Amino acid sequence: MIKYIIRRLLVSIPVVFLIILVAFLLVQAMPGGPFDASNQKPIPAVVREILERKYGLDKPVYEQFFNYFVNLLQGDLGPMLRQRGQTVNDVVAQTFPVSFQLGMLAMILGYGIGVPAGIIAALNHNSTLDYAATFAAVVGVSVPNLVLGPVLILLFGVSLDWFPIAFWGADPPFILGLFPTPNAEFWSHAVLPTVALGTGISAGVARLTRAGLLEVLSEDYIRTARAKGLKERMVILIHALKNALIPVATVLGPQLAAILTGTLIVEQIFALNGMGRRFIHSVQEREYFLLVGLTLIYGVLLILGNLTVDVLYAWLDPRIRYD
Amino acid sequence: MTTAEKGLEQLAGDKVLGKGRSPVQDAVREFRRNKIAVAGMAFIIFVVLVAIAAPLLTPYGFATQNLDYPRAKPMTSVVITTEFAEKCHWYDTPLEWGCTLILFGSDNVGRDLYSRMIYGTRVSLSVAVVAASVSLLIGSVYGTISGFAGGRADNLMMRIVDFLYAIPTLPIIIMMTVYFQAISRMGIHTGFIGALITLNRAMGGLFFLFVAIGALNWIGMARMARGQVLSYKQKEFVEAARAVGASNGHIISRHLLPNIIGPLLIAESLAIPGYIFLEAILSFIGLGVQPPTPSWGSMINEGYQGILSNPHLVLVPGIALALLTLAFNFMGDGLRDAFDARLRGRQ
Repeated sequence: MIKYIIRRLLVSIPVVFLIILVAFLLVQAMPGGPFDASNQKPIPAVVREILERKYGLDKPVYEQFFNYFVNLLQGDLGPMLRQRGQTVNDVVAQTFPVSFQLGMLAMILGYGIGVPAGIIAALNHNSTLDYAATFAAVVGVSVPNLVLGPVLILLFGVSLDWFPIAFWGADPPFILGLFPTPNAEFWSHAVLPTVALGTGISAGVARLTRAGLLEVLSEDYIRTARAKGLKERMVILIHALKNALIPVATVLGPQLAAILTGTLIVEQIFALNGMGRRFIHSVQEREYFLLVGLTLIYGVLLILGNLTVDVLYAWLDPRIRYD
Repeated sequence: MTTAEKGLEQLAGDKVLGKGRSPVQDAVREFRRNKIAVAGMAFIIFVVLVAIAAPLLTPYGFATQNLDYPRAKPMTSVVITTEFAEKCHWYDTPLEWGCTLILFGSDNVGRDLYSRMIYGTRVSLSVAVVAASVSLLIGSVYGTISGFAGGRADNLMMRIVDFLYAIPTLPIIIMMTVYFQAISRMGIHTGFIGALITLNRAMGGLFFLFVAIGALNWIGMARMARGQVLSYKQKEFVEAARAVGASNGHIISRHLLPNIIGPLLIAESLAIPGYIFLEAILSFIGLGVQPPTPSWGSMINEGYQGILSNPHLVLVPGIALALLTLAFNFMGDGLRDAFDARLRGRQ
């Protein structure tokens, strides 16, 4: 297994390299540069020349890429071109934890509600409860977080005034650079964004759990387990659930991608200082290195996520062997 | 024959029809029993008709501003001034009843929200149709070639797909859209690029949006098509066709494609809400269609700034968006359940 993981990571290296290359070229190809923004007063030509020389933007693209890559290998994501007091590393250190916390909470909410809901629906197959759960799941999958976010804000933020409608409840420095201080303020701020992002996930998980469990429950080995007098709870939780969750694990990868996408929108809606919001803002400002850096981080997260899914697979289904 | 049946008949292509009930007839029957799926399909057809007939259904153009009545609440009445009455029309016929009442309110510059919502169907539906077609076309061709060729070509083509699968789609799409927007602002009018830019402008920014959305969304389809081809390639009927001397092209187009197209179409119909949503996202962050072309995403974006005082500016396009994706999901689920023989009889 460890061999497999190492091999997968090695195979990912060229992929990561290509992601950096594509992002770098795409960013460079955009007309206009970081030093000619329309909404500010234009930078004098001399100053611009000095700035470009300072950041190496006057060199040919391949040389710029080489320099960037060498710096990257040393863990330096490059300078910020507009907010010149900071580096990309600073910005990532501020914004990544916010996106990470949001994504994790949404994932926990999604599985925490989705799996039990799917089990309940499957066990009460064709009952009113099942239909209600299935219907709710389709609605949950269908309502985009772009719509759900504002609706939550209007309902629970404005009309009921239960939760704050904007900003994240934790500021840097974070615990271990990643985790928030879990105080009341954090939780109250986290509720609406998490629900906005997590609902779609929990609905999708519930549907797959239900379908998977229904399929597994008609298998012979479940009948055997029941026939030998096991408690129903044992049959469901130990025998059936593990196999039923295999299809759920398959979508973990795409779901991770959906969460990365989702954080982009939810951060925008709730004005959270996360990576997605930074990305959207800096794309118009041609913040070259930040754009490449964030794309790289998204890519690495995606690769690691997919690897985790495959490992999880092997754990859920021992017939799958990777070596 | 209802439209649903027709669609499903075509969907199955020329699947071998046995005596009695064919699999397709089974599927159609199954689909029609699924009331929610039929309702979803009916709603989509309704929205398509609305999109086509948009000028007939709206008292104002989507860009007509009435600055005297910005941010009007839904169901409020408006006094028509002569200047305003001219803008309110139904194919050049002044339409008084449609102008005195603002059904869904008006936005920040006094544009009728109802009219904009109706015109917004055009953007969402055309994205759904074009993105789905492009993804289906590229994906199935790519996947079929890869699966059919096998060997080294297959390996190489799948490596490319693996790579594309690992790249974070949304950031790349966002950068592509910004790139397209920037070059279309540069004002090139000659040559190939100039022609594309002119086309894009004529379509209200939709063309480049199609390119950006279509460019990366065929990957899943290619994988699926390849898997399907691989499973059919070894079947006896393909061998038989080869034995009688059929060319590769003939085998692909007459024997493989009809078999694999059904599952691909169903997968594509399940992916459509994602395309609609992607367009809405891009428009929401200001990268989608060019104003004043109304898209539900950009309407949400415009209304979002004043959501506390004028929630209807967000709710109207938001509910429209949710309903449409809901309808597509119901229909897609129904199609999948109806055509997946394994699930049949267990409902």
